[in-house]
Amino acid sequence: MAHYEIPNSGLKRDDEGKKMGMWLFLFTEVLLFGGLFLVYAMYRFQYFDEFKIVAEHMDITLGAINTVILIASSLTVAMSITAMKKGLDNVAVLLIIITIFLALSFMVNKYFEWSNHIHHGLFPGFEAFNNLEKGEGMFLFLYYFMTGLHGLHVVVGAVLLAIVIKRIMLGRITSENIVFQENAGLYWHLVDLIWIYLFPLFYLLH
Amino acid sequence: MTDTNTTAMEQSFWNEKKGIFSWIFTLDHKRIALLYLYAITAFFLVGMTLGFLMRLELIAPGQTIMEATTYNKVFTFHGVIMIFLVIIPSIPAVFGNFMLPIMLGTDDVALPRLNLFSWWLYIIGASMALLTLVYGPGSADTGWTFYAPYSVNTDTNVTLLLFAAFVLGFSSILTGLNFIVTIHRLRAPKMTWFKMPLFAWSLYATAWIQLLATPIVGITLLMVIAERTFGIGLFDPALGGDPVLYQHLFWIYSHPVVYVMILPAMGIISEILPTAAQRTIFGYKAIAISSMAIAFLGYFVWGHHMFTSGMSGEARVVFSFVTYLVAIPTAIKVFNWVATLYKGSIHMTPNLLWSTSFIFNFMIGGLTGLILGALSVDVHVHDTAYVVAHFHYTMFGGTIFVFFGAMHYWFPKIFGRMYNKRLSYISLTLTFIGFNVTYMAMLIVGGQGMPRRYYDYLPEFTTLNQISTVGSWVLVIGILMMIYNLVRSAKKGEIATANPWNGVTLEWQIPSPPPLHNFVKAPILSDKGPYDFSILDQVNRENLEN
Ligand code: HEM
Ligand SMILES: [Cu+2]
Repeated sequence: MAHYEIPNSGLKRDDEGKKMGMWLFLFTEVLLFGGLFLVYAMYRFQYFDEFKIVAEHMDITLGAINTVILIASSLTVAMSITAMKKGLDNVAVLLIIITIFLALSFMVNKYFEWSNHIHHGLFPGFEAFNNLEKGEGMFLFLYYFMTGLHGLHVVVGAVLLAIVIKRIMLGRITSENIVFQENAGLYWHLVDLIWIYLFPLFYLLH
Repeated sequence: MTDTNTTAMEQSFWNEKKGIFSWIFTLDHKRIALLYLYAITAFFLVGMTLGFLMRLELIAPGQTIMEATTYNKVFTFHGVIMIFLVIIPSIPAVFGNFMLPIMLGTDDVALPRLNLFSWWLYIIGASMALLTLVYGPGSADTGWTFYAPYSVNTDTNVTLLLFAAFVLGFSSILTGLNFIVTIHRLRAPKMTWFKMPLFAWSLYATAWIQLLATPIVGITLLMVIAERTFGIGLFDPALGGDPVLYQHLFWIYSHPVVYVMILPAMGIISEILPTAAQRTIFGYKAIAISSMAIAFLGYFVWGHHMFTSGMSGEARVVFSFVTYLVAIPTAIKVFNWVATLYKGSIHMTPNLLWSTSFIFNFMIGGLTGLILGALSVDVHVHDTAYVVAHFHYTMFGGTIFVFFGAMHYWFPKIFGRMYNKRLSYISLTLTFIGFNVTYMAMLIVGGQGMPRRYYDYLPEFTTLNQISTVGSWVLVIGILMMIYNLVRSAKKGEIATANPWNGVTLEWQIPSPPPLHNFVKAPILSDKGPYDFSILDQVNRENLEN
């Protein structure tokens, strides 16, 4: 008897399925941050004045630069996918390298920002932090928590992009088989998108 | 565990590869399901032992076998094990993984590697939870709900346990995600949405809850960890936080998750009953859609856990009202099940009896739930043994009973052997009686005012507590007897045929145990939906040819 081929086999390559999986995963990420946004909203309401006072001391310039960096990186990722689809492997790799470079500069910026705060003793455990009003400490802590978690996502995204480069080199991502790169790109857009919300919440709303 | 009954052409999945690594790194959905089964059984036995010990402590007022602080730790660990390690993964991860691809007519889930990853996350999370017992400042004593501010202030090992729950949550999310993609992408060519078996529908509804509710609790637990680590008052009122906010965030997840526990169980009942009655399910669409309705409504009722924690009167009335609404789709299911059995040619099997026991228990669980949903009553019975009995009636008498029933239904398919039916009737009877004695007594004594989470009680509660404790002995004996029967039969039972219950869904159209790729020829799909028993003869004829 001939071997029966399962037409709807789960072991066949299914790009649509993989993309759907990624979208679903992004929902969960949005909800993960959604919980934090909810908590932020609650305490902003409760400690309106304190939030305002600390927010005025945030460095808008650094925040704005980081926003521009991330938006630019979203653009380069999108372009790399188009390049890959057109078979321009080298251009794609170059664009991803630029993206990773932008991710790194984002993190370096963040490092300077955080270390500046910590230098002034504005971190849990330091004298200056403990002397703050409750709401002010809450703002700063939410700032560390939310941008920290976001930073973690930046790092994960950058690692994913590095894997994309490796796979392009190995010929495992080609113009015909690009779903891994597309998914990494989707993830990167999410990282960007979350920052677009974090930026006004912590820097612009006074 | 032999392939005697499988075709010579394709070996059973048991024999395809050998060695421990062919199991713990397998991509086969059936083997992953069994990995979960073994782990979950082990954890269930641990949790059961803890429950047994708590009941023993409560056999008389005052201290009997453990101190108050030990009792606190024991109910916490009992709750955490039973919720995060047993009941949430139970049916989806074991029977969902094993049966969903087969019922859809395919050979694996859509993302097999992610499936294996979920199992590893589960094992890592479980190990972390167990580690809190031996490592660090002593195991947690907060109760499984981790309410702030106590969870922030206690010096027991809450941090690691919370992190374990976080990891387990992601395991659950990824399993759900996998099922959604599988159901969308891998149904057999002619299987439209409304021709899917109802178990698949229930897994679909469940998966959306897992996906959309779990991240919230994940982040909440992370916030408690951060609060403990950095001493910031996110939830601790002494530091400016809001403990009620914690409760909101916790129940926004933890109410929907009770439907993660019960919906798959309801799905399995919708499989077992048509097979037992040899006729199509009554109200297929109503059952399928009511699963989705329960999943949807379940998002808007979390406040009923907080009637006494400080909410506005309006909010409480709304939450109470929506809670009542959940009863409608639930009752739709129960009526449809009963109607399925009505005038059917019912075949008495152990799995049918487990299912009817479920309906009985779950009716008590559901009706006591309505009583708890009534504002004025809840204020009195909140945090009493009444609540404990209520959720054991739903989770244990409900989901776990169905888990056992599913074990008796699909056992011959999975292991290729039949268990001892006489012994299974005896063990079911003991479990059923023991269960109802244990928890009916707790229900009554709770109604009389005995609070939960106490190792001690007033003398007037003694008789009922003693009845309950004796009941728990019968219960444990019944369960151990059942497990003995199943474990023994997996090796020594009679060889089972491909279709011992005369079912018509796709898992009964393949050899027992299934070959690695499940299907050796195209399955028979009726135009009239998954429970069309007019194809039974054809199914059985084809099975003989294998
Ligand atoms: C096997 C027999 C079982 C026995 C004898 C048992 C007994 C108990 C007892 C005596 C309590 C504590 C009551 C109190 O002082 O507050 C308890 C709590 C609890 N049980 Fe069970 N139980 C069993 C199985 C289960 C199962 C199967 C589940 C769920 C799947 C479960 C879930 C829970 C939960 C969530 C709690 C609450 C823990 C807390 O208060 O934090 N139990 N059980
Ligand atoms: Cu609830």
